[in-house]
Amino acid sequence: MSATNDQYDPKQVEALSDGSLSKAVEAARAAFAGAGDVDALAAVRPAHLGDRSPLLLARREIGSLPPQARSDAGKRLNEALRAAQQAFDERRAVLVAQRDELVLREEAVDVTLPWRRAPRGARHPISVMCEQVADIFVAMGYEVAEGPEVEAEWFNFDALNFGKDHPARTMQDTFYVAPTGSGQVLRTHTSPVQVRALLARELPVYVVCPGRTFRTDELDATHTPVFHQIEGLAVDEGITMAHLKGTLDAFARAVFGPESRTRFRPSFFPFTEPSAEVDVWFTEKKGGADWVEWGGCGMVNPNVLRACGIDTDRYTGFAFGMGIERTLMVRNGIADMRDMVEGDVRFTSAFGISAFGISAFGITV
Amino acid sequence: MRVPVGWLTEHVALPEGTTPDRIAEAFIRVGLEVEDVRRLGPVTGPLVVGLVLQIEELTGFNKPIRYCKVDVGEDEPRGVICGATNFVEGDLVVVALPGSVLPGDFAISARQSYGHVSDGMICSLRELGIGHDHTGILVLPAGTATHGDDAIELLGLTDTVIELAITPDRGYCFSVRGLARELACAFDAPYGDPGSMEVPEASGQAWPVHIEDRQGCRRFVTRRVSGIRPGTASPWWLQRRLLLAGMRPISLPVDVTNYVMLELGQPLHAFNAERLSGGLVVRRGTDGDKLITLDGVERIIDPDDLVICDDSGPVSLAAVMGGASTEVSGETTDVLLEAANWEPATVARSARRHKLPSEAAKRFEREVDPALPPAAVEFAAQLLTRYAGGTVHDGRTDVGVPVLPETVTMPLDLPDRIAGVRYERGVSARRLGQIGCRVEVVTADDGHAMVAATPPTWRPDLRQPADLVEEVLRLEGYDTIPSELPAAPAGHGLTPGQRRRRAVSVALASAGYTEVLPSPFTSSATWSALGLGPDDVRRRTLTLLNPLDAERAELATTLLPGLIEALTRNVSRGQRDLALYGIGQVVLPHAQPVPMPPVGVAARPEDAQVATLNAALPAQPVHVGVVLCGAWELPGWWGPGREVSWADAVAAAHVVADAAGARLRVVASDLAPWHPGRCAELRVGDWPVGHAGELHPKVVEALGLPRRTCAMEIDLDAIPLLERHPAPAISPFPPVLQDIALVVDSIVPVAELTETLRRGAGPLLEDIRLFDVYTGEQIGAGKRSVAFALRFRAPDRTLTVEEATAARDAAVKAAATRHAATLRT
Repeated sequence: MSATNDQYDPKQVEALSDGSLSKAVEAARAAFAGAGDVDALAAVRPAHLGDRSPLLLARREIGSLPPQARSDAGKRLNEALRAAQQAFDERRAVLVAQRDELVLREEAVDVTLPWRRAPRGARHPISVMCEQVADIFVAMGYEVAEGPEVEAEWFNFDALNFGKDHPARTMQDTFYVAPTGSGQVLRTHTSPVQVRALLARELPVYVVCPGRTFRTDELDATHTPVFHQIEGLAVDEGITMAHLKGTLDAFARAVFGPESRTRFRPSFFPFTEPSAEVDVWFTEKKGGADWVEWGGCGMVNPNVLRACGIDTDRYTGFAFGMGIERTLMVRNGIADMRDMVEGDVRFTSAFGISAFGISAFGITV
Repeated sequence: MRVPVGWLTEHVALPEGTTPDRIAEAFIRVGLEVEDVRRLGPVTGPLVVGLVLQIEELTGFNKPIRYCKVDVGEDEPRGVICGATNFVEGDLVVVALPGSVLPGDFAISARQSYGHVSDGMICSLRELGIGHDHTGILVLPAGTATHGDDAIELLGLTDTVIELAITPDRGYCFSVRGLARELACAFDAPYGDPGSMEVPEASGQAWPVHIEDRQGCRRFVTRRVSGIRPGTASPWWLQRRLLLAGMRPISLPVDVTNYVMLELGQPLHAFNAERLSGGLVVRRGTDGDKLITLDGVERIIDPDDLVICDDSGPVSLAAVMGGASTEVSGETTDVLLEAANWEPATVARSARRHKLPSEAAKRFEREVDPALPPAAVEFAAQLLTRYAGGTVHDGRTDVGVPVLPETVTMPLDLPDRIAGVRYERGVSARRLGQIGCRVEVVTADDGHAMVAATPPTWRPDLRQPADLVEEVLRLEGYDTIPSELPAAPAGHGLTPGQRRRRAVSVALASAGYTEVLPSPFTSSATWSALGLGPDDVRRRTLTLLNPLDAERAELATTLLPGLIEALTRNVSRGQRDLALYGIGQVVLPHAQPVPMPPVGVAARPEDAQVATLNAALPAQPVHVGVVLCGAWELPGWWGPGREVSWADAVAAAHVVADAAGARLRVVASDLAPWHPGRCAELRVGDWPVGHAGELHPKVVEALGLPRRTCAMEIDLDAIPLLERHPAPAISPFPPVLQDIALVVDSIVPVAELTETLRRGAGPLLEDIRLFDVYTGEQIGAGKRSVAFALRFRAPDRTLTVEEATAARDAAVKAAATRHAATLRT
């Protein structure tokens, strides 16, 4: 700081001298720095920035200066005040941060404490698999068809080309509804939904039907009287067995992984001709990659199409049916059928709600 | 059907070195299901034929023991200890000498027993791995072999038995004849048909036969053999084949009929001709007909059964089982052999009716080659006379009209079009010829090439073009069919109902419930335990004719029994806190049974017919239910837990309704199995859709449930599907909040009071929420104070406090008028 002239009385402005100002600033800095917390800082503030602090008192002296010196003195005083205020602000920021941090530290908890108070829900893997399989086919343009579980024999057998006394009827181990001759059964397969779909829908028809089915098997490790199937049906012009193979290959890849494929073995079902048993290649099978029996399929028997009033010269179709329980047992290595049937929450809970582990493969066409 | 490979290869010339495994693979490839491939043995010698020279009965033991001197073709006879008693001196037996190893790694050595050195073992069928009989040792028929012969060769112990499951369409594969033909097709190998034997001319009838029911009996052939030597044992080779096929040798006449059936597929019956009185009549059963069948059971003959009668009445349940009165035995000398062809459906019904799935019935219900009967009786007669002497009478009876397969015509390229494969030219004709069809390629009027195939008599299953297609495809191999995806048209995705059901399931699981699959089977005892009154509509169930468990023959009308069963099982396995849900169809029968109309399958039924079929079925709505017990919230570091309560069950109902896009109204109700004071009826609009609450303490006690178990059940199908949700108008203006506390009689339901307030307040009321319920001395007995927070808002302006207060006062006034509520100050 330099004075350009000496036209005022230096004694009158001692408080505004460079020395006094910097001393006051230094004193303020020292006091603020010495304050240990926000409250202490607030307590020392009046002595350095309050109305009776040296700097504020010095401001009163400006008026007694000669006019030509006031500007310079005011500038220097303001700088000193700004320096003191800055020291205060900086210290306050530090102390507030320290205080806040302390509060947060004191509020800390053990976030690893157990958190679940209400029960954890889960969906049954069979329901989830039914949905996921349906989704695979919906993505291919199919629709999901449904039907009743107590079914007319006409839908369950007659229309599916089971002759009245054909031994194939006894193959099915049917639950019959009383009284004798009621004409009603617990559906032995989801195939009656094929007939319902063909009677109710416009051609072409591409549907899948997941659902509950019934046969008179005692419950044991590999059988259950109440089980689930998924049925597929496509009736269109020019449908071939190659289409059936392609569709099941895609289905197999979606459920059993991208390496999977199917193999057909000639077989017999009244409602398909030609008919085939389907084996699936599963790389992650327990005990090593192998063929696994999966389900049945074939070209819709023209007798079935005729019973639904379809022109068999123009239309052909394929149908297939898979056991959901069997698929899950193979896919997820479930050893005992009873685990899936009895409703033990320890089994179902393991699969959670979305059950991504049921069939997490996307469709790979 | 079990068949030794050695029998099959007698009729088909397989390539040199074809292993049993390759044969099994070939069977699978052409469509037969192989259940087992069982190699006999393994046996390593010395296993020899022995002649029993001398039997010494040892005494002093707790069972009969024999010390036998057996000549096994060596210089000196061997001494062998044997525990069986079914043989005499001079019999031929099979002896495993020390050093031999029998099936099951059973090593034979010389050892000291019962005071003698036993220098080998006399073998039973079971020990040799040929059959199951272990009641005695195997005695070979006299003259079958010479002592010292190698028994491994003689017994065919290097053979393999293949067991196949025969599908219902392939009756002809229930025979060596049919199976060998399948192998011939699979390997393109030469085949000799054992069914094509020359049948000599005959003169006259073997026995008078009249077919009264020509629809049920299509052909009836008999041949008579007299003067056969009684007591003749079947030759060993024949016994062996029967044993390996799983049949027990009985006597020569019986064994011969069984053998011919296994080889040709034609079941035969042998009558003791001396016991027959008068001519045979084939007819349906008549009232009072009875028959004691070969198994010793007296059968009441049904008018639908076919029977063969003589003057005495029924002597055979046709196609199923013969009668005891004319049964042949080893002592029979005069045999009438019968082979017939029957209508399959009648046989199937009779076999089921009498629970007699006999070997004959199994074949006849799948159709038997109608051309076989003359050859079959001839073959049987030849075998009988070859081994037991006697003479075949000159006459042969052959009556009836066999049903023969009709010619099927199909476009030549149909197999290509169905398979999606371009087969080589001529494949269809070649394959159809190979299975025995007479094939002609003709040109249709429109110029298309057609195949006209007349199936052989043993393939009555080939009735339509699709059946021919399958033959071509399976013999060419399914593995030649490529993999292609069809282009399905754009679908519509899931229906709203399907999406809703998924949403409900996910919502309940997210709310803490675990899904179970409730069993549909239940009993009337359950209804009583649930406290359902005698007239409760839920007791009106469908019943099964053939339940697995007679105690659970009814189909559940509600999900609760199945859910409670799952809950109980989990509790018994140590779970205490449970929240389960289930979604599924229930079965609600009509008050009066609706008859199921007969509908044909030759053409599409009329829509009205389909409607009557559906109308006869019970209603089967999809229900959703929950059961819960124990703690809903567990005690923990956060404080005490909370037991489940009726309110959780009601909350579950709202979870379902929210997911289903519906709003539930709750009204107090009193329905079993719920607690009469803690039962909520759930309504959509004025329509009841279900109930929720705590179960009745008596029900809890009767079923042994955890105390305070709660439950909810909703008919999901009764909730209307929301088609379109109107968008709400969102007001940007500030609300006015006001609280009120009302004192009302305790019996006034909060839901009703809330509704009254809502209506009284008018359209400015945006939201009303109950935040406190208080009872106490200050309020007075029988009363309670309920406090509501009301939020008012105008759609088009900032609402004034005065306006809101006026609306609030109107609400209070309405509550005062309707429920005698007073404002608490």
